[in-house]
Amino acid sequence: MPSEPKRIEVTLETVLDSVDLAESIVMRVAEAAGFDEEDLHKIGMSVREGVINAYNYGNQQDRGRKLFLKVELEEKRMVIRIIDQGAGFDMGEVPDPLAEENLMRTSGRGLFLMKSFMDEFTVQRGPTGGAELVMSKNYPDKVAPKN
Amino acid sequence: MNLQGTPRQVGDITIVDLSGRITLGDGSVVLREILNELTHGGHLKIILNLEDVDYIDSSGIGELVSAYATSQAGNGELKLLNLTRRVHDLLQITKLYTVFDIYSDERSALAGFR
Repeated sequence: MPSEPKRIEVTLETVLDSVDLAESIVMRVAEAAGFDEEDLHKIGMSVREGVINAYNYGNQQDRGRKLFLKVELEEKRMVIRIIDQGAGFDMGEVPDPLAEENLMRTSGRGLFLMKSFMDEFTVQRGPTGGAELVMSKNYPDKVAPKN
Repeated sequence: MNLQGTPRQVGDITIVDLSGRITLGDGSVVLREILNELTHGGHLKIILNLEDVDYIDSSGIGELVSAYATSQAGNGELKLLNLTRRVHDLLQITKLYTVFDIYSDERSALAGFR
């Protein structure tokens, strides 16, 4: 167990390749932290969805804006933050993708998947006014990140 | 791994054997192009064999939904075959499992066409 939290911060370009890059960075950290294959899949997918959300809806695919990825290994969980430089949004205004009238929509499931796959998921206002997606996954029982 | 699709014909039914990931970018585009080509070529009965697809993100789900809706609108039929556990679970939690016509063996999928 680390004596103090370990933190990684990466600034990403608003390009499609950042989705794969963010996924690969977080997967490496999560693997080292001892998550099993099933959790790794869920974590990786949640990061992809978060960055896709920031790329598409937050930064509106504007290459002049940046995406910020922060990964923190706390004592009992891994916390991931994905921050964009968009206008931010209110989770309460996002249509429910499970509602009958939305089932055939071709988009709008990313936030739902992050909520489903992670132990905790919230959206808050980032430091520059954009959206900050905060998600966490508890370490499997009896596993804590190595020093 | 980038998505690859190989169509094969069984009577008037086209089975597309897919392998790789259906994700935002290449994977979704490849799937869209394969289906557009088939639709424009007059292929109305299509089975997507997802046996070797173990990863679909929300964009990939959107692409499948779009393909299904396009197929229905054009009097076609689209069925899904051999879902991996992860894809199965994904369609379950998004409530799309009941929307798509899903089969676990090819013979049943072929027999499922009108």
